Amino acid sequence: MKKAIVAGSVILVLAIILGSVILNTKAEWSGVDETVVKKFAEEAGRPPAESLIRGDALLFFFLIAGAIGGFIAGYSFRGLFPPEGRISNPSNV
Amino acid sequence: MYLPKKYSSQSLKPGDKMSIRFLERGTATAFIQKGPPRMLIPALTTAAVLIVLASGPAHAMHISEGILPVPWALFWFALSTPFLILGLRNLNARSKSEPHLKAMVALVGSAVFIISCMPIPVPTAGTCSHPCGTGMAAILIGPTLTVLVASVALVLQALFLAHGGLTTLGADIFSMGVAGAFTGYGVFFLLRKLGLSWFVAAFAAGLISDWATYGATSLALAAALHSDGSFSTMFWSIIVAFVPTQVPLGILEGFITAGAYSFIHTRRPEYLGMLAKGEAR
Repeated sequence: MKKAIVAGSVILVLAIILGSVILNTKAEWSGVDETVVKKFAEEAGRPPAESLIRGDALLFFFLIAGAIGGFIAGYSFRGLFPPEGRISNPSNV
Repeated sequence: MYLPKKYSSQSLKPGDKMSIRFLERGTATAFIQKGPPRMLIPALTTAAVLIVLASGPAHAMHISEGILPVPWALFWFALSTPFLILGLRNLNARSKSEPHLKAMVALVGSAVFIISCMPIPVPTAGTCSHPCGTGMAAILIGPTLTVLVASVALVLQALFLAHGGLTTLGADIFSMGVAGAFTGYGVFFLLRKLGLSWFVAAFAAGLISDWATYGATSLALAAALHSDGSFSTMFWSIIVAFVPTQVPLGILEGFITAGAYSFIHTRRPEYLGMLAKGEAR
């Protein structure tokens, strides 16, 4: 029951976010780096400098970083939280 | 002791580590952990130097490259460095007596890295922002080690993801690592001392650490950019600008923190005891 409530809540939150992204066509969904930090920096005469990593190259690096980060997290996770069967039989750990 | 021929001294090179695990009935197993190949460290060093020299200013989340004047950039580096040194010393000291610590630090570090470069749409504001994960990290591995993992995450993001900047690294480490970690840790232990449940304490740690991070970001920006205007006016203007995005995101971060703590509390509560022992040193 508790798991169902947690799963339902997560799905509900994701549905609200996804729905608002799809339905709210006027919003630009830019990050606070642009809407807050960049805005105040430009007003103060210190705009952020341009990046050398642009376009889809940035997406590529994010994908690679996510994959490497996910691998390290998963590898460490399995070492710290082995499956139940391995915990009950220490010789397998 | 008998050593199999394939593990003869000729196969061991400087940097290799050998450990022996004694089993029942007088048997033992030898493990050889191969050290890095001879060319690996110079190659990685060269690559790192080339990347640093070739990388241009970045322009993205955290505080972007070029926004902070040099004196302020140096000031935030100076403020963050002692915490970083403390984190390194703590890691060395604790890893000798806690065999699971390094794996835990790696897990939490990669979680902080992933969480802090994940833009999440906030329906109430029509913008995106990222949680920080440092409140969660602080109550799992301690605040000084959190500064360390946040620094590693921020360096990688600045170098490879155009996410933050190298000159603004000190300010980003201070806001995300120092302010986020120590506030989250303090809130968690204060609420536990007051007798609140660990779920409520973990939720509050995640929530307040997120807000503290963006509060510290506002402080760094206002201090460097207020020029002839009023510091407090600019500080509160930036805080107010963050509110529509960071209030809901802070609540989400509270749930992420409480969920992570709940999982470990249920599965391997002994890992949570590591923190109490380690940070007391």
